Amino acid sequence: MKTIIKAGFITLIAASSLSATAADYVIDTKGMHAAINFRIQHLGYSWLYGQFRDFTGQFSFDENNPDAGSVSVNIDTTSIDSNHAERDKHLRSDDFLATDQFPAASFTSTSVDLDSTGNGTISGDLTLKGNTRPVTLEVKGIGAGNDPWGGYRRGFEATTELTLADFGIDYNLGPAAKNVELILSIEGVRQ
Amino acid sequence: MNPDDRMNKTNPSSGWISHWRNRHDAFGWLAIMLHWLSAVLVVGLLALGIWMVTLTYYDSWYTPAPQLHKSVGMLFAGLLLMRLIWRLSNPSPAIHGKRWEIGIAQISHWLVYALLTGIVITGYLMTTAEGQAISVFGWFEIPALPAAFNQQADLMGDWHRWASYTLIGLLVLHIGAAIKHQWLDADGTLSRMLGRKVSSP
Repeated sequence: MKTIIKAGFITLIAASSLSATAADYVIDTKGMHAAINFRIQHLGYSWLYGQFRDFTGQFSFDENNPDAGSVSVNIDTTSIDSNHAERDKHLRSDDFLATDQFPAASFTSTSVDLDSTGNGTISGDLTLKGNTRPVTLEVKGIGAGNDPWGGYRRGFEATTELTLADFGIDYNLGPAAKNVELILSIEGVRQ
Repeated sequence: MNPDDRMNKTNPSSGWISHWRNRHDAFGWLAIMLHWLSAVLVVGLLALGIWMVTLTYYDSWYTPAPQLHKSVGMLFAGLLLMRLIWRLSNPSPAIHGKRWEIGIAQISHWLVYALLTGIVITGYLMTTAEGQAISVFGWFEIPALPAAFNQQADLMGDWHRWASYTLIGLLVLHIGAAIKHQWLDADGTLSRMLGRKVSSP
């Protein structure tokens, strides 16, 4: 009897410590320790950088079972910002993102292959301009730990490359600019 | 009708005006020059604007055409300001026509001024929406306002376009009315705008 209780107790402790690490995080868009950047070649001569300013997202990550993690991000496509008013207006137009019709883009993970530090790949569905395509993110775990204000944070950087035409964006920007790289830099606050 | 009037009906112009300021019977040279310079610039800007938005990335005019449009547009803004000041600080000659024609002429003239002002302002707010200044032929820059609202360029672009289309409608009316006055009514309205002396009908 004593041993049964003892065993039960140990299981309980193990379970609680497990649930403590399998944590849900909300991407810190309030304090903006997160960015969804993109870059595309300009004529093949330089990189043009831009970002989506407004987005929300959450992820879960467990160091002991990293492959059980998941992530989802919603992006307000009207918030595209390449630091040039006329270009951004053009990017929001039907030639590119058609943000009147498709004001949101999203990424939802379907399978996660990460090590305990958060390095690896995440596959998922990216919806952009109404087209949903599978993409694979190359992920680097940057770090995790307590912040100075009583919270616990964890951050990643993820990159992937898209072919614009796959998402119905076929405006001719030249042969060097058929693909765009996405660079997601996200920090989550544990809930 | 005395013989003089009959002569004016068939040949309303007789010599050139010699005054710079407007008078109650005729525009002065300054108003006339501002009008025709505006006419050339407005028609040019409308045509350039309609054409340039059809260009695509690899057209050689894709970047120069909007730069030209913005440069000329900002110079036109200065011209428009001078014109409005001159219009308000000078008498305007009596408008030819029936009472309802005069009413429509007054409304549509002020609507044209309002649209021109609105088109200039929306064009400026569209281009400067993210803090970029407008370079005028590389001579000088017109800075952006310190604050902008979300998607300002898109909304201002819509207004710029629809105000311009409305303006084109009014210009067709304006030109049609000028032709009607000059050749159907033969009251010398167009001659008067070209600086010819015209007797009041």
